[in-house]
Amino acid sequence: MDRPEVVAPVGASVPRVDGFAKVTGRARYLDDLDAPGAWHGVTVRSKIAHGKLEAIDLDPAFDWSQVVVATAADIPGANVVRLIEDDQVALVPVGGHVRHFDEAIAVVAAPTRALAFAAAKAVKPRITPLPPVFTIDDALAVTSTLHGSDNVYKQFLIRKGHATDAELEAVFASAAQVLDGTYTTSPQEQMYIEPQAMMAEWRDGRCYLVGSMQCPYYVHKAMKHLLGCDAEGVVIAQSVTGGGFGGKEEYPSMLAAHCAVVAAKAKHPVKIVYDRDEDIAATTKRHPARTRHRLAVDAAGELLAIDVDCVMDGGAYLTLSPVVLSRGVLHAAGPYRCPIVRVRGRVVATNYPPHGAFRGFGAPQTTFAYERQLNKLARARGEHPFELRKRLALRSGDTTATGQLLGFSVGTDEVFAAIEQVAGAPPVRDGVNANGAPVRRGRGYVFYFHGAGFTGSGEQRLAGRAAVALTASGTFEVRSSSTDIGQGSITMFTQIAAAALGVGVSQVSVVDPSTARVPDSGPTVASRTCMVVGGVVERAARALRAKLELWAAEVGISGQPIETLAHKRAAAGGELVETITYEPPPGIQWDDATYTGSAYPVYGWAACLVDVAIDLDTYEVTIERCVQAVDVGKAINPSIVKGQIEGGTLQALGWAVLENVVYQEGRVANANMTNCIVPTFADAPELETILVEVPYPFGPSGAKGVGEIPMDGPAAAVANAVEDALGCAFDDLPISPEAIGLAKPRWRLS
Amino acid sequence: MTALYVRPRELREALDTRAAHPDWMVLAGGTDLMVNANHRPEPAGILDLWRLGELCAIRVEDAGVSIGAGATWWEIQNHPVIRERLAPLALSAREIGALQIQARATLGGNVGTSSPVGDSLPALLALDAELEVASVRGSRRLSYATYCTGYRTTQLLPDELIVAAYVPLPGKATRTTWRKVGTRRAQSISKVMGAAAITVDGDLVVSARVALGAVADRPIRVTAVEDAVRGQRLGAAAADAARTALRTAIKPIDDVRSSAGYRREVAENLVARFFSAGSMS
Amino acid sequence: MKVTLEINGESRSVDASPWKRLLDVLREDLRLTGTKEGCGEGECGACTVMLDGEAVNSCLVAIGQCDRRTVTTVEGLANGEVLHAVQRALVACGGAQCGICTPGIAVCAAHVVDRGLVTGTDDATARARIRELLAGNICRCTGYQLIVDAIVIAAREVAKP
Repeated sequence: MDRPEVVAPVGASVPRVDGFAKVTGRARYLDDLDAPGAWHGVTVRSKIAHGKLEAIDLDPAFDWSQVVVATAADIPGANVVRLIEDDQVALVPVGGHVRHFDEAIAVVAAPTRALAFAAAKAVKPRITPLPPVFTIDDALAVTSTLHGSDNVYKQFLIRKGHATDAELEAVFASAAQVLDGTYTTSPQEQMYIEPQAMMAEWRDGRCYLVGSMQCPYYVHKAMKHLLGCDAEGVVIAQSVTGGGFGGKEEYPSMLAAHCAVVAAKAKHPVKIVYDRDEDIAATTKRHPARTRHRLAVDAAGELLAIDVDCVMDGGAYLTLSPVVLSRGVLHAAGPYRCPIVRVRGRVVATNYPPHGAFRGFGAPQTTFAYERQLNKLARARGEHPFELRKRLALRSGDTTATGQLLGFSVGTDEVFAAIEQVAGAPPVRDGVNANGAPVRRGRGYVFYFHGAGFTGSGEQRLAGRAAVALTASGTFEVRSSSTDIGQGSITMFTQIAAAALGVGVSQVSVVDPSTARVPDSGPTVASRTCMVVGGVVERAARALRAKLELWAAEVGISGQPIETLAHKRAAAGGELVETITYEPPPGIQWDDATYTGSAYPVYGWAACLVDVAIDLDTYEVTIERCVQAVDVGKAINPSIVKGQIEGGTLQALGWAVLENVVYQEGRVANANMTNCIVPTFADAPELETILVEVPYPFGPSGAKGVGEIPMDGPAAAVANAVEDALGCAFDDLPISPEAIGLAKPRWRLS
Repeated sequence: MTALYVRPRELREALDTRAAHPDWMVLAGGTDLMVNANHRPEPAGILDLWRLGELCAIRVEDAGVSIGAGATWWEIQNHPVIRERLAPLALSAREIGALQIQARATLGGNVGTSSPVGDSLPALLALDAELEVASVRGSRRLSYATYCTGYRTTQLLPDELIVAAYVPLPGKATRTTWRKVGTRRAQSISKVMGAAAITVDGDLVVSARVALGAVADRPIRVTAVEDAVRGQRLGAAAADAARTALRTAIKPIDDVRSSAGYRREVAENLVARFFSAGSMS
Repeated sequence: MKVTLEINGESRSVDASPWKRLLDVLREDLRLTGTKEGCGEGECGACTVMLDGEAVNSCLVAIGQCDRRTVTTVEGLANGEVLHAVQRALVACGGAQCGICTPGIAVCAAHVVDRGLVTGTDDATARARIRELLAGNICRCTGYQLIVDAIVIAAREVAKP
């Protein structure tokens, strides 16, 4: 059987529709697809971080007869990977600038992988080095001009409750207590287990691209511009995707460009599948950030002012940096009541491979800063860290840093209560582990939030569309460009549509997203797939059902089950489609110029508890316990939602203690899975997840975004726990054993 | 030009092939030699020793255990006598990669490569293992203590194969201990690793063999520590003596995985812990 | 070199360089694409297959070494259309998200439960043992929790048939 035969309401843990295919190995990812006659493509990359490309030499001793080499000269349209701006080239042109190590200069294709790899080695770019910029400070000091005149891709300034810097400083000057800390977070590799993969085929002048991706219409938009064709000239389809986490949001457009251009030259379909090393070295990472967070409180411990200054490293091209910074800035003051807030953000240009989307998208970076600060505040005041947070937390009726009045779906009290119910006594402070080493234990708490969906009027501008169709065979089909990248959107859409239609899930299928077959629902990012697109699917399904019932009344068969009506209507008149466009909830006011108003339609809310044990011989941190309570509005499929939370939680715990991207002279020095590590089964604690539901009236069955929120909080919880254990602050990620050892003079174990 | 391939049925045939083709790759589990194989040049030939019977036996004798070079770390960690009496070897076997690696990686492979971070090697040093190596010219025994001559360089001659390790069983008065500090809990490369076999009289250290990995270009015995602890009392005295001696005895490096400072400090902590009272296996 | 081996109960022959990786022979020559490549260095376990009764990384096995040997891939775990207990449990528990690591996990977990390696009379011990035995399979989506749940269930089912 291919799918579960269940009639299930929303809220049931229906087994995944694609589960059978995945456990049997029948699900076919890009590199599994039959590709008769396909050649293999390999990218030639710069081995210098910044320079001028003087020439591309081909080794004359190599036999080029079965190889094609594509360069910028072969790009038919614009040599640009269009995204927010048009600054990133697909292939560095001769005479142009190389801006990062491993930047793509040429693509070769050959009938076999081995020949393609050999050929790539025989392509020799000649690059004259230029002075590179490798630090945020050098970027700000403009030691080399990389972007504009000041190397700043984007900046933001948010003010609440004050008009001038002088007013702000006056509050700090007269406050009973001020805490001032600077926090740095590390770059992080998404490490989807399926590397980037894409295939291009030209047929009758049209380019067909299929690959591992999150956003077919992003690729479509980029390819129209690169190929110089109209919307019909290129078709983009998603293949079963082995993980994305943001790493396949924008990067696939680059890969598609390479495939398409070299396939045109080769006159054969061309498949490019990255080796793991290349994937780690050349593709996007989480933006490293440095955040200075100042807070002022009065004698009673109420927040008087928060002042945040966040600088992020954007890497060599602008790509998505403005939006990452935006989200970071909009979360920087945290879910706490504060009358006066200033947030400044900048993202700068450097000569690293561009940093990009990764689950959380700026919020984990600034959340780390504010939750460390709140923790220090509790310690300074001798207040229980959870009690202090409860006291200061935003609730319905409060306003955020942008002046958004919170109304519905604010699960603050519920998530605190959920954690308190299971917290139990803190772990015994001192002990001995199985290796005979003394251990020191500590507990950390965080409270945090995550805006679901696109910022401000973003969703309205996106105008995402989805369709539900009655097919000619009498069953139903959901058509959306949302991609299942593991988060279970196929099953979620199936459940939502089936419930709205009033049929069993076996009567509903979800079309594989291809720009030839589905409307643009917006990208699969920003925790919007269920809340926004799921809502559109629900409306479309309801509208289709209404149409069916109307038809039934007209032909005199009202009252028969929908499944029966469906078959009869299909037999009578063929396909019937309802396409619906997203409508934002009423009353969302957002001013892009001043960054004030309702930044997001709704927020998820979460609290996390982490217990750590630190081995005092080796300084290794063992996470002994991690509990997350997350307000998700409504869990359409609790098992899937739980799985999402657990996955995001472990990525955050890994980011906190284990993971790092190490650069040397702009090159990723740990570009393999041996050295760029992620947690194994043995590193993960038994994760405890508590689903809290405070419904969002404008989400399908009350659901709101959940994909990213679990990533935001746990890293700070780990830092808070380590602080509790060792009595000193850890303000930089990763909190590695090396960092803990170096901090030994600051430990206070009394 | 594709590789030639020989799968000998007997050790004699393997030795003949080795002598005739010293440039061929000697392959058993392949967990090191096959990494990124599709990007490595194809070897001229493959001498496949996987499951060659004479190399796979684990034999318990009166004074020691003979472990065939072809024995896998899965077999070694599950052997009752090795678990009970040669604990450092069994423990290190459990922390080599993970299950899939342990099912294929062999003692002969770990010893043959003798990487500075080879997980079983400090245990072999601390347990004073000997190797039996053979060629068409005959066989000889080599102490593992002097087997490594440099970075991934050993005393093995080009026509020789490793046949077995002979590991003496520690006496009743000898306690053994071992610890690996990896980059994570499993499937990890060692940052610092230590093993010790300490012979005591009451709580006085009579003698010790102390070995470390990942702190030099090869796994090492730290004779300075071994000298310093002789005659000391287990506990603070021996631990402090060990720590002080170690400080000037090793020069670990910075690399992409860890720092010299961390390696030094943790090596001292591990070795001091070895000599603390009540930490023996 | 002509290599003949038994794969999922069937005798198959390929003509390949003995150095060619078993992983590539499976995926390219035999079009058994259930086994995946995640890293090429034996770190991620996505390429796990059974070779002569042991779970191994097929990216680290040379095909020459497989002559006259027995291989089981994820395609051979089920008995006809009846899924292995591990596969059923993974579906029921939600232990597969993007699914790319799932074949490797299914093969390794099937080996582990079939061989009775999940020791420990209490849940905590069993779960810790499962985590140690599966540590060679990396999953980035699930956080491992629901996979461990699934293997506990499968181990119980296999232990008392």
